[in-house]
Amino acid sequence: MAKYVGQRVKRTEDPRLIQGLGHYVDDVKLPDTLHVAFLRSMYAHARIKSIDTSEASHAPGVVAVYTGKDVAAKIGAVPCASALPGLKVPDYRVLATDHVVFVGHPIAVVVAADRYSARDAIDLIMVDYEELPAVVDVEHAAKGGPAIYEEFGDNIAYKLTSGEGDIDSALKSADRVIKQRMVHQRLAPIAMETRGVLARYFPGEQELTIWSSTQIPHLLRTQLALMIGIPENKLRVITPEVGGAFGSKLNVYAEEALLGWISMQLGKPVKWIEGRRENIQATIHGRGQVGYVEVGCKNDGTIAGIRYNVFADLGAYHQLLTPAIPTLTGLMLSGAYKIPAIQINITGVFTNKMATDAYRGAGRPEATYVVERAVDLVAAELGLDTVDVRRKNFPASNEFPFKTATGLFYDSGDYDAALDKALEISDYKKLRDEQKKARNDGRLIGIGVSTYVEICALGPSAAMPAGGWESATVRIEPTGKVTILTGASPHGQGQETSFAQIAADELGVDINDVTVVHGDTAVVQYGIGTFGSRATAVGGTAVLMAIEKLKEKATKIAAHMLKAESSNVVFNEGKFSKHAARAASASAVPEPTIPAGQAPAGALPDPEPEGKTVSIQDVALAAHIARDIPPGSEPGLSATYFFEPTNFTFPFGTHIAVVEIDRETGEIKFLRYVAVDDCGKVINPMMVDGQVQGGIVQSIGQALYEEVVYDEQGQLVTGTLMDYALPKAAMIPWFELDRTETPSPVNPLGVKGVGEAGTIGATPAIVNAIVDALSPFGVRHLDMPVRPEAVWKILSAHS
Amino acid sequence: MKKPVSITVNGVTHRDEVEPRLLLVHYIRDVLGLTGTHVGCETSICGACTVIIDGQSVKSCTMFAVQADGTDITTIEGMAAGSDLHPVQEGFWEHHGLQCGYCTPGMIMAAAQILDRNPDPTVEEIRHGLEGNLCRCTGYQHIVEAVQYAARKMKDQAATGD
Repeated sequence: MAKYVGQRVKRTEDPRLIQGLGHYVDDVKLPDTLHVAFLRSMYAHARIKSIDTSEASHAPGVVAVYTGKDVAAKIGAVPCASALPGLKVPDYRVLATDHVVFVGHPIAVVVAADRYSARDAIDLIMVDYEELPAVVDVEHAAKGGPAIYEEFGDNIAYKLTSGEGDIDSALKSADRVIKQRMVHQRLAPIAMETRGVLARYFPGEQELTIWSSTQIPHLLRTQLALMIGIPENKLRVITPEVGGAFGSKLNVYAEEALLGWISMQLGKPVKWIEGRRENIQATIHGRGQVGYVEVGCKNDGTIAGIRYNVFADLGAYHQLLTPAIPTLTGLMLSGAYKIPAIQINITGVFTNKMATDAYRGAGRPEATYVVERAVDLVAAELGLDTVDVRRKNFPASNEFPFKTATGLFYDSGDYDAALDKALEISDYKKLRDEQKKARNDGRLIGIGVSTYVEICALGPSAAMPAGGWESATVRIEPTGKVTILTGASPHGQGQETSFAQIAADELGVDINDVTVVHGDTAVVQYGIGTFGSRATAVGGTAVLMAIEKLKEKATKIAAHMLKAESSNVVFNEGKFSKHAARAASASAVPEPTIPAGQAPAGALPDPEPEGKTVSIQDVALAAHIARDIPPGSEPGLSATYFFEPTNFTFPFGTHIAVVEIDRETGEIKFLRYVAVDDCGKVINPMMVDGQVQGGIVQSIGQALYEEVVYDEQGQLVTGTLMDYALPKAAMIPWFELDRTETPSPVNPLGVKGVGEAGTIGATPAIVNAIVDALSPFGVRHLDMPVRPEAVWKILSAHS
Repeated sequence: MKKPVSITVNGVTHRDEVEPRLLLVHYIRDVLGLTGTHVGCETSICGACTVIIDGQSVKSCTMFAVQADGTDITTIEGMAAGSDLHPVQEGFWEHHGLQCGYCTPGMIMAAAQILDRNPDPTVEEIRHGLEGNLCRCTGYQHIVEAVQYAARKMKDQAATGD
């Protein structure tokens, strides 16, 4: 019985957060804490000839100054978890020694009594640089720009080709082949809380505790233990409240290791809170691809094949997953379509910029953008309606599991259903009529459609660099309260609520009696973390499976208490009773009553009356007191489950954007935004809406506003939120959201995941709408962010 | 050279000696220990540090503590007594106006200011009023709904004299 699952349950996280009582890293205050500031490279590419820290060392309040030479032999390299064949891996030390390769590259660190003194002393460190030519443009870097690493000879980190089907003959035999260059600009994830680390070493216990704003507490602990050289079981990582991440905290950063090591040197707590400028300089970026798509089609709109040759701008170093992100692009190039031949040729390229890595969607938005734009290119080339081209190439709902030419098996789907619903809500036919009328009146209205599919619930361990399962422990305490320990590490997604919804329903308890604990490696069993829209599909399933295991044990104890066989005991809404059939047949027998308090201890009536029940709380108490549990059984009532998914999940949907372009200014204004998403079974519709809306706004950011800009010397031009344009409340249309619900067969909850849907589905819908609006001028494609300036140039050329 | 300041925060007057360059947000967070006010950008863009100073919403990351000498400040911790919730806080909870919660205290202060100036704002007026506050999680729509909820609630309260 689902009392909570599927309902709009208010979040249990919220009371503390709306009262300002949550604890993010910087809110954790320890006595005698020292503060850390970083000196970072002001050049994109330079040799360090010398560093003089003497003045800084003697500045007021300064306790210690460390440079790369001090730590090179003490702290291991920043790890990269992706092992691609032939991958070149630069030696990424936590502080640079003689070679800096991006603006923001950490060079030295000051430890001082307070953050102001630490920051002051940074300015007293003298670095003698010899500036080297920077390689900034990814194509230039790939095609003969000076090699950043002399030992590698060039800037090519790797080349990889993947895909199935004979792409050459598919394109050769196609009626038309359309080619287009597409740019996926660099984006900064910009979690509202920057990164932050607090480290405290306990010299007596020889234990180190690190508080870090991360998505992966356990993986971080493993990696930091290796980097710092402390036994993993002496290192505790605590993830307090995390103020957003979007992939940017799915990483192992130099600062995390350094802070831990410094605390061990000084025997005091040390804290570093990243500034926003540092955040845009030295927290991973996303996207950063320049690609050339070739799509072959028949004259009826059938897509014959797609080839995508892409230069992936990796930045100067590999962070945890940097080289792997473009490979995810390759996986999703089939989109929601039956495409017999697909090929991606990836050239991973070093540039003098911060590393790119997982930013919400992580390689898949690029794929979706390529495919969804390609479909519109086909429609435009053939003079067909984009909706018809999409429908023509959909697999039918009975073709699932659907195998793609990228080697995936899409779990379930009904792409027509989501499209139909979106067309109905938007009244697509009427929109097209209105568009025609508006054009006659000289107005520029565009309708953009995206029928996306995404890959979620990352993922089966075989396809992941470091485990794709998730863990949960479910425990019922002696007082009947339920504790869930999850290896997922939510940072805004609301799993304290959604996992409690699952548990409350399955255990028949009040949701307020369930507490979800996460983000502390000393408390929670090993887990993987929250990313790749995996927490509910993998972590939630682990919770469900742990509950099943716990119920098996509880049933045995209940049977013992009810003096019945386990097989005759049923559990319903929090109570165990003898099997309904037997209870029914016994219902004619009058139930003997035992007045409360009169049964002598140790002399329970035997046999127990039919129809009697014991609650799961009674069972929990009995299991802990353990005086009367089945012989040979373990006391206590908890169960742990590590859930390994058999496949990814594949949510999908249709987004329709309607925009109007100002003929005078080129300004782009939304008239409508309709999204129909299918993320499988929904645990909490309110939270799903929140994920979709937030995702769409990040898409609006990419489509219209955001771009990390480096100049020709590799200087970061967009280093603050004054220059890096995030979408604001007044730039956003009212979203008209709806859903279809196609359960996933991959997990017993039937859920698919929704964290990245908006970021994946919306970007092409918006750009398609803009291109559609400008199609009377022969426009077939525009690169993002589509700024009014670019639009205005087109308009003025045609006026 | 430290300067004496007297600042009333959430009804309590604090007298401290502070460095002239100490930012107000650091005074609130580090000296007074009220960590509900957050720092998000240090450039007055994101609004995570928004507090109410003498009735006006102000970004406390680009103001010095000494500039706040003699003022009366309300932070998120002072929005309601004890475990009571201000209608704006309630709206954020009811309408899922937050995800990670980092921008939320500043958003709530800004939203309270909007309703203070205009008890019955339109969607456009709410969106315009929130332009000084960035949220990277919610996409703003639920925040707009939260403010609308608070407007209704405050109107009802005014009508019933609560």
